Order: sequence, then structure tokens, then C-alpha cells
Amino acid sequence: MSEAARMSVAQPAPLLSVRNLRTWFHTFGGVVKAVDGVSFDVAPGEILGLVGESGGGKSMVGFSIMGLIDPPGRIEAGEIVFEGEDLARLDEARMRRVRGKRVAMIFQDPMTALNPLYTIGNQLEEMLKLHTDLPSARRRERAIEMLREVGIPQPESRLDNYPHQFSGGMRQRVVIAISMIARPRLLIADEPTTALDVTIQAQLLRLMKHQVTQNAASLILITHDLAAVSQMADRIVVLYCGRIVEKGRAADVIERPRHHYTRGLLDSIPHHDKAQARLRQIPGSVPDIRKLPPGCAFAPRCPAAQDICRRVEPELVETATGQAAACHFPIEATR
Amino acid sequence: MFGYLIKRLIQMIVVLWVVSVLVFVMMSFTGDPTYMMVPLDATEEQIAQARRLLGLDESHLVQYWRFLLNVLQGDFGRSFVFRQPALQLILERLPATLEIVFLAMVIALVVAIPLGVYAGANPGRPLSRAVMAGSLVGISLPGFWVGMVLIFVFAVRFQFFPSSGRGPTTELFGLRVSFTSWEGFRHLILPAITLSIGTLAILMRIIRAEMMEVMKQDYIKFARAKGAAQKGVLFKHGLKNALIPLVTVFGLMLGDLIAFATLTETIFAWPGIGKLLVDSIYRGDRPVIVVYLMFVAFMFVVVNFVVDVLYALIDPRIKIK
Ligand SMILES: Nc1ncnc2c1ncn2[C@@H]1O[C@H](COP(=O)(O)OP(=O)(O)OP(=O)(O)O)[C@@H](O)[C@H]1O
Ligand code: SF4
Ligand SMILES: [Mg+2]
Repeated sequence: MSEAARMSVAQPAPLLSVRNLRTWFHTFGGVVKAVDGVSFDVAPGEILGLVGESGGGKSMVGFSIMGLIDPPGRIEAGEIVFEGEDLARLDEARMRRVRGKRVAMIFQDPMTALNPLYTIGNQLEEMLKLHTDLPSARRRERAIEMLREVGIPQPESRLDNYPHQFSGGMRQRVVIAISMIARPRLLIADEPTTALDVTIQAQLLRLMKHQVTQNAASLILITHDLAAVSQMADRIVVLYCGRIVEKGRAADVIERPRHHYTRGLLDSIPHHDKAQARLRQIPGSVPDIRKLPPGCAFAPRCPAAQDICRRVEPELVETATGQAAACHFPIEATR
Repeated sequence: MFGYLIKRLIQMIVVLWVVSVLVFVMMSFTGDPTYMMVPLDATEEQIAQARRLLGLDESHLVQYWRFLLNVLQGDFGRSFVFRQPALQLILERLPATLEIVFLAMVIALVVAIPLGVYAGANPGRPLSRAVMAGSLVGISLPGFWVGMVLIFVFAVRFQFFPSSGRGPTTELFGLRVSFTSWEGFRHLILPAITLSIGTLAILMRIIRAEMMEVMKQDYIKFARAKGAAQKGVLFKHGLKNALIPLVTVFGLMLGDLIAFATLTETIFAWPGIGKLLVDSIYRGDRPVIVVYLMFVAFMFVVVNFVVDVLYALIDPRIKIK
């Protein structure tokens, strides 16, 4: 194996490379910096977990990649390089050919993501109509095939059913089928199981992982459920108030968090094995994103905050293992 | 399905029966038609005889019973003025009214849907604001005034269109219609526009409000995430959902149009059932008024039935039962 080849095995060119993304909303009450200088990569076939509390900007990262930020929001700066092409600079017509075909996105609530007035067959085939020139008979076959893959029993007869004839879990399977039917390279799943029963959450996550690996696609799994992400993801990005506070390999971030916010998130996961007296919630609440304190945005809630934290914004510093944290006093590995 | 039809049929019969009672009561307490029928120099005796002939000397209950039996046989009596069966009079003029009502509805839909969809999908754009302001004007303008302005501008000043009356008619499926010839169609335009203004304005506002609601839904965002073009998102996914509440008011709007048709027909001397009604009220032509009222009630009942079926056709979540 040549030197170059070995290099590319070790570090394949990323499928998606988000650089210094800023997505801001210009509202009457001021500028909401929903995403403020976020950079991360997604390698081919990789599963990336995007975590953080509500309002952290996770969904806006997803919508920015899809080019679906509506006014008063706007991508203010940054690059979203996908397969060598900067999506942030594509016009609407070219972006439409990316959506669904090369990058697909699914949402939190399967009860509302499907149009109630069309059969699921119609909604599956719509994706194929938009992005392929398969003839109608082939589209139908493919839709049936896809429904079978996501575990819908009797797909031939279910094709003509309407969304209201499915349970929540089944609907999310249909949504996954729709988003994967055109074989996208990247799937963005925005809290895909939050609205569902705990018992089916794991099933659906497994299904999604299976679909993605089978198609050699990548997955950005957006969630505030660190437990789910720790089992699925290869790498994790932690967002707080629109900024990355920590990122790294999943095992590293979960087992040796360096940022106090990540630590707080981890401590608030219930453990079945350890008998915890009570869960430790992060004290305080997410600050108003329009009036962020100077310095570290987490300082008001941080147990380790010092004077400097309230004055100087910490830089994201990467360690030798590729784990990075934006903290003046990162937690050391010796725990 | 069969049970549903039976149920609806019974409902319709009950409604029509109630209307017949109301119409009868109204007619019985609005003066004695005998005086309309007898010559001016008739003696007391002749008048009493005429009253007996008309059956007006009997109790109201008996009169109503006779009225009901006749109506059931399709006999509403003869017009005092035209000496023809009143039902026939109405049916003869119905095509003229249906023509302007139908054209007005088409104009309203064709204009209101695109504008309402645009304004609902892009609230805050200048054109959307203009649409909203325009619809407010349209709602507040009185119909007769619009009609007169249109006549003044397009018929008197520029003479694009005739100012009144109906053009030449041809027979189509046994109905005398005028839209088939250019000359006939030219006569239709101004009355239809006048009639459509109010409905158009309301329709536009409803569609806009519904679209604004629908555009917030997840399935719209999902449709966009699928890569659907703006047109597909708006019309395939948006409008169809926005139309559901609209269908329910469709029957009412048709009622509005028929009611306002009386005014429009009067302004444009349009020989439809609306003008016939106004004329008949002036002349105290009771049988014609009765047929008109019963007929409009009948149309309402039928339209509402059609609307229900339509509703179930658009929305798969609703089952007819
Ligand atoms: N239309 C808008 N106008 C103003 N601010 C907005 C708008 N949409 C989103 N935001 C702001 O963007 C920020 C990030 O929102 P986002 O939905 O990405 O958070 P999230 O991490 O996905 O949270 P959740 O877990 O609740 O989904 C929030 O503070 C929100 O208030
Ligand atoms: S920078 Fe300071 S306040 Fe922020 S997380 Fe680190 S220690 Fe806490
Ligand atoms: Mg979100």
C-alpha cells in the first residue's frame, strides 16, 4: 500500500465539512445567533451525534445544511462543503436537487411529517418522481421494496393507506423509508424518536443505523438523549448556545468528557446499573441567546467557573486524541 | 354508504318541510291576494266568491294541507301576473341566474386561489399586503355601487360591454344558455364580475389564512426537505390542505351569490330568477315568491349534500357513514 493510500485510509476525505457556520435570525428583539461559528466534519459512513439542550441550535445546523432556513434567518457566514461543493452558495434550483437526493432530513414528530391527504405510496413515489426517471411501475415496486425494508408488514396493501391508518412508530418507519428511497449520501435525523414510545425508540434507531450502513451513507443524529447517541454514534458534537463546546470520538466524550457542560449532560442521564440517590440536573437554565454573557456562555451554570471564564471566551482546543473542548479549565482525564 | 344516503334524504325532506311551513306562514300573514286577482270594480260578492275559489275562506290548517299536497305534485299554482305555472316560470329563468352565479364563482376561484395562496405563503411581501388591502376594499364595497361603476366605465365610457340585458341564447341540454356565443358572453361579463367581488374578497382572505396555517405544518417542511419545487409544495401539499375548511363554507358562499344575484340582476336588467323575485314582490305575485323560496331552499339542501360528499372525497380521514 502506498503512503498516500494509507493516509487516505486513515483520514478519508470528509463527506461533509461544515466550516465556521453562522446562522443568525434578525428579529425585532435583536439578532439571535442560533448557530455561531460551528465547524465539524462527517466522514463517509460515519454516524455523528449532535447533542445539547433545547435551543442549542441543533436543528438550525440541520436546516442550514438543507438550505431550509427561512427569513428572518440567514446563513451569515461559513461553508457547508458537501462532496466538494459548498451548499451555502448553491441557488435554490440546484439546492433542490441536493435535498432528498443527496441529503435527506427527517423530523421529530412522525404524526405531522406526512401529508394527511396523500397515500403513503404517493408520498414515497413523490421522492422518486422528483429525483429519478423511473417509470411508474418501477417506482411502485421500489416503494414496496422500501416499505418491506423498514419493516412494514404487507407493504403491497399498505401502499394505498393514508398516514392516519398507521401508528406513530409505523409512521416514522414510513418517514425513514421516504428519506432513504432515493439513496441519499447523508441523512440528518432531527430527534427522530423523541415523540415515540420508549419501547420503540431503540428499534427505530437500530433501523436507521441499519439503513444508513447498508447504503454506505452517513448519519447526523440530532438528539438531547446522550444515552442513545453513545450507543450509535462514532463521534459526538456538543452544542451550547449555538457554539460547539466539545467534540470528539464518542467513546472519549462519553467516558472522559472535558467540558463541564458535557459532564453535566452525562450526569443527568439515569443509569440502570448504578443506584443513584438522585439525578444531578445542570443547575440554572439556558440563557437568552440574544443576551449571552461575555466569556464562556456556560459560566453562570458552571461549578468550576473562575473570573476569567466570565471575561474571556474560551477557544476550542484539541488534544492529541482529537477530542476538543472550549473551556479554560477542562476536566482532566484522571477521574 | 346506503344508510348514509337514506339518512341524508330524510334530513333533506325534513328541512324542506320546515321551509314549506315557514313559507306558508309568511305568505298567509302578508295580506290577502284576492284583491290582486279580481277586477278593480268587483262587488263584495264577487270578491267573496273568488276567495272561496282560491280556498282562502278555510282554516289555515286546511289551506296548508292543500298547499302541501299540491306542492308534492309539483303544483305551486299559477302566477297571477303571467297566468303560467309558477314553477315553469322559475325553471325558465333559472339558466340565466345559474349562468352568472356560475361564472361569478369561477371568477372568484380563479382570482382568489392564486392570490390567496401567494399572500398566505409569503405574508409580509408588498404584493401580499396589497392583496389584503384590496380584499378589504372588495368586502366593504356595496355590490350595487360596483355594478354601477362598472356600467359607467365599461359600458357607457368605453362601450366594451353592453350595460344591461341578456344576449342571444342557444339551447344546450334543454336549457337556454347565452355563454355559447360571443355576443351572449359579452352580456354576461359585467354582471358576473359585479356578483363575484364580495365572494372573491372573502374567499381570498380565507385561503390566505388557511395557507398561513398550513405552511407552518411539518409536512410542508418535509415536502421541501424532499426537494419538491415551490409550486409543488404550495399547490400539491399546501392548497389541498387549505381547501378542506374552505369546502365547508362553499355552500354558504353559493347561497350568498344566489342572494346577491337578485341585486345584480336588478341592476343589469338580467332576466333571471332574482329579478323575477323582485318583480313578483312588487306585484304581490304570491305563487312565484313561494316557488322561489322553496326552490332556493331545495338548492341549498342539495349543495350542502354535495359539499359533504366532496369533503369526504378530499379528506381521507373523514368517512361517510
Ligand atoms: N424563526 C426564528 N426566529 C428567531 N429565533 C429563532 C427562530 N427559529 C429558531 N430560533 C432560535 O434559534 C435557536 C436554536 O434553535 P434550534 O431549534 O436549532 O434549537 P435545538 O437545539 O434544535 O432545540 P430543540 O431541542 O428544542 O429542538 C433558538 O434559540 C431559537 O430561539
Ligand atoms: S470556561 Fe469556565 S465557565 Fe466555561 S465551562 Fe470551562 S470552567 Fe466552566
Ligand atoms: Mg430542534
